[in-house]
Amino acid sequence: MGGRDATMVLLDENGIRCDGRKIDEPRKIMIRAGGLKNADGSAYIEFGDNKILVGVFGPRDVHPKHMSNTDTGILRVRYHMEPFSVDERKRPAPSRREIEISKVIKEALEPAVMLEKFPRTAVDVFIEVLQADGGTRCAALSAASVALADAGIPMRDMVAAIASGKVADTIILDVNNEEDQAGQADMPVGYMPNLKKITLLQLDGVLTSEEYKKCVTVGVEGCKLVYEIQKQALNDKYFGKKGD
Amino acid sequence: MVDKRKYVIPGDVITTGPFRPEQNVMLVGEKIIATAVGISEIYDDSVKVIPLTGKYIPKIDDLVIAKVNSHTSLSWELDINSCYVGFLPAQDVFGRDFSAHADELATKLKTGDLVAARIANFDRTRDPLVTISDRDLGKIDSGILIAISPSKVPRLIGKRGSMIQMIEQATNAAVTIGQNGWVVVSCDTPEGLLKAKIAIEMVNEKAHVANLTDQVKEMLDKKSES
Repeated sequence: MGGRDATMVLLDENGIRCDGRKIDEPRKIMIRAGGLKNADGSAYIEFGDNKILVGVFGPRDVHPKHMSNTDTGILRVRYHMEPFSVDERKRPAPSRREIEISKVIKEALEPAVMLEKFPRTAVDVFIEVLQADGGTRCAALSAASVALADAGIPMRDMVAAIASGKVADTIILDVNNEEDQAGQADMPVGYMPNLKKITLLQLDGVLTSEEYKKCVTVGVEGCKLVYEIQKQALNDKYFGKKGD
Repeated sequence: MVDKRKYVIPGDVITTGPFRPEQNVMLVGEKIIATAVGISEIYDDSVKVIPLTGKYIPKIDDLVIAKVNSHTSLSWELDINSCYVGFLPAQDVFGRDFSAHADELATKLKTGDLVAARIANFDRTRDPLVTISDRDLGKIDSGILIAISPSKVPRLIGKRGSMIQMIEQATNAAVTIGQNGWVVVSCDTPEGLLKAKIAIEMVNEKAHVANLTDQVKEMLDKKSES
């Protein structure tokens, strides 16, 4: 995704990152619940320069029928990047990476969604990445969780997600595209803030065990910030601007 | 009595203590946690959340408005605006002496017909069984169908039916409300029909507003002057 700039400084001596953020500062996050009329629930997220739209259908009939489960409902997630979401046109067919992220997001949402209440049905989550700038899986997971709540699907908790990582030997919060390309490690974390449970944890890079622990802690703290924004998005839609 | 109401989203802790969890809440240790976006209500010994969004989930004894989807030689399949399809056996309409050779189901109910039905039986393992053999149930011959959000049905009915009675009196319309969010309105005059339709849509859009009954009343009065 673009050539690497060899002269770029990822972290300067004052602790300021390449896009002007401090080490524990996330990008600007905006979430809006609703917005799509034909979907049962929807959400739109702007996570720095990431722009992602999520639509949720269900619970509804399962097609093909053989996929249905008589004990529980099933969750299906499609993560898809638009051809125009990156610098160079991306072929619209699902790539290996998109299939992986679909699976990872599905498994991160499953502990939260109470599918056992709807046997023989499916809940479909469609994620469209309109513009990508690193950290789309976390942004998509956060938005998908808001969209599921908007659709009225019973959930144990919201799932908030953000990535932490290691750049210039320092643990940072919210890895952007440049830091992802040139940095030392990238760790997406999905977290249920009220139940205090981690639902997504991946790691790309090498960390010592101390750094690993720090990275998880930083990620979890970041998720709590994202959660507040998710909460505000739902409050804005359902209870007017004031919230409670 | 209702203690205190609170706006909640999934995961919010409503209260702690020895309460019975009712709809849309769950018990985790001592904490009672909301599982839906809605308004929480704490009663003497129980807690529940009134959801503000979501699909219709069939409940036994609910009155629903259903649309005939298709039929086999033994039963009809009804669309009840839910994730499950309603199952209406032919015996329910033709009686015990129904015979698959002699009776043709299409003579009674055709695809696309609207019926007022009751959920007779429903559990996790089977599709909801519906019945139309009761007073006030059966095929609906006249009126228009309005779809509202199933979570807003209680608001449309109002406290002890106050909201719906007011709309019916002001417009002279007959309104049948299905718990599944489908509403059938019939009226002798087109003006009344239109007014009732506007009122119902207004309730659907402004369900969260506090003095909605007054607002709807104002709207109904204004329209009748002009």
